[in-house]
Amino acid sequence: MDTAQAPPESLPNRRIGERIIEGIILVAGISTIIIVALIFLFLLKEGINAFLDIPLRELFGDRWYPIDGIYGLMPLLVGTTLVTIGAVIIAVPLGLVAAIYLGELAPQWLREILKPLIEILAGIPSIVLGFLGWVALAPLIQNAGADTGLTAFTGSLLLAYMSLPTIISISEDALYAVPKEYRDGSLALGATQWQTTWRVVLPAARSGLVIAVMLGIGRVIGETMGVLLVTGNAANMPPLGPGMLFNPVRTMTATIAAEMGEVAQGSLHYSVLFGIGLILFLITFVVNWLAARLVGVSGARTKVGGQV
Amino acid sequence: MQNKIEVSDFNFFYGEFQALIDLNLSIREKQITALIGPSGCGKSTFLRCLNRMNDTIDGTRAEGRVLLDGKNVYDPDVDVVELRQRIGMVFQRPNPFPQSIYENVAYGPRILSLAKGAKLDQLVQKSLEDAVLWNEVRHRLKDSAMSLNPGQQQRLCIARAIAVAPEVILMDEPCSALDPVATLKVEELMRELAQDYTIVIVTHNMQQAARASDWTGFFWLGRLVEFAETANIFGSPKEELTEAYITGRRG
Repeated sequence: MDTAQAPPESLPNRRIGERIIEGIILVAGISTIIIVALIFLFLLKEGINAFLDIPLRELFGDRWYPIDGIYGLMPLLVGTTLVTIGAVIIAVPLGLVAAIYLGELAPQWLREILKPLIEILAGIPSIVLGFLGWVALAPLIQNAGADTGLTAFTGSLLLAYMSLPTIISISEDALYAVPKEYRDGSLALGATQWQTTWRVVLPAARSGLVIAVMLGIGRVIGETMGVLLVTGNAANMPPLGPGMLFNPVRTMTATIAAEMGEVAQGSLHYSVLFGIGLILFLITFVVNWLAARLVGVSGARTKVGGQV
Repeated sequence: MQNKIEVSDFNFFYGEFQALIDLNLSIREKQITALIGPSGCGKSTFLRCLNRMNDTIDGTRAEGRVLLDGKNVYDPDVDVVELRQRIGMVFQRPNPFPQSIYENVAYGPRILSLAKGAKLDQLVQKSLEDAVLWNEVRHRLKDSAMSLNPGQQQRLCIARAIAVAPEVILMDEPCSALDPVATLKVEELMRELAQDYTIVIVTHNMQQAARASDWTGFFWLGRLVEFAETANIFGSPKEELTEAYITGRRG
């Protein structure tokens, strides 16, 4: 059979087909940008009154008593920060080490079992994990000596656990994408397995690893139902010091989830909750921007045996 | 002329598949030995057996002996890391690390703690000079190795290999990704290097084997059909199969 004999589509037809496909892709791409912009504008419209009507000093004050009309966001900001930092400190090293084990050290058959299992973990609804945290984790923390088991640390542990699958899975993909030629090049010089991993593979995978960590952090900051259950939900300023992590806190996300159902639409309280949403949105934005910066530093994507 | 590497009764398997069958040959010190043969004949596999790079592939098995200076590299007490330090390798596609030119050459000496500081700088310069790359990169050592063209990248990989002062350099089709000018440069470089190093090169390019090597081995379906001085292989091959291959009638 001679495929060259098949009647070719006429050239103008193919051009039109190309145009239509390009058009669809363009619309899809632009619509994402428009949707994000609309979300931002909506948050701004609903939340702007919080920033206009409440003096900034009061808005970032350390007392959150919405019933008395006192909207100090500081306890919530501190709560989110504590829980997030705790979770990141636990999850990032653990996630990277697990990814290195999976990608570089584990035998093929074990990798094939573990990888899908870890990816399934990512799909467990956060409320289920939150419930487990409440039933199983909180009593442990309390037995360890905290006043209550529902603390920022409990939230950190839970969020670390929730973000681990994301971090491990994407990091492992990044390590897997490092060409075997780099490893061979290093091993052939007399490098050990670990030297090769640490000095060649990890730097080569850097942009992917940064993305994995940032997505993990994104999940931590945005997570709501799990932390709502296990952090104790006390919108108090925890006393400064190393014991901070072992006090009940309330995160920004949990505040929105807990109070949105009770506020009158258009009220100041309502605006403040949207204001919190706006701040979360900006934080996510900054995290993404930082990630882009970090990835950018490592240079354009490279391939073996070619030029940039 | 001394034998640097002596291979006797060597067999190699990928799982059930036997890739190399009863190999016997000697590789002379400070000479260039070329291995030729059609794709899949086992010449690259054999090359990777010499520094045990095939260990990184699951399910492989080696039988027989590969003696480096009289010591079998497959003995259980051989440290693979030290072996690979003595037998360097240059790969088919240039594979510099995605780091600076300087870091690429300094990598080996660093991990083996051979030099640091000013001595490391000297070693990097010497290696780049020996690889005939120094004049092209001396003002851009901090640039990414990826900014070099493929020919330069391959010479950088050679500089990286000789920076750890190996005794043998294995080259696995080092010019297959290069244009003719870059190929010629690498061949000239091999001639220079052969004064100090024992070189084994796998090539699918018979002109290259004829031009650049002292000894040639012809592989066919996992067997070494003929091994002799290059002039003899290309001038008056003993085996009919060898003649058929080098004249292009079989391949």
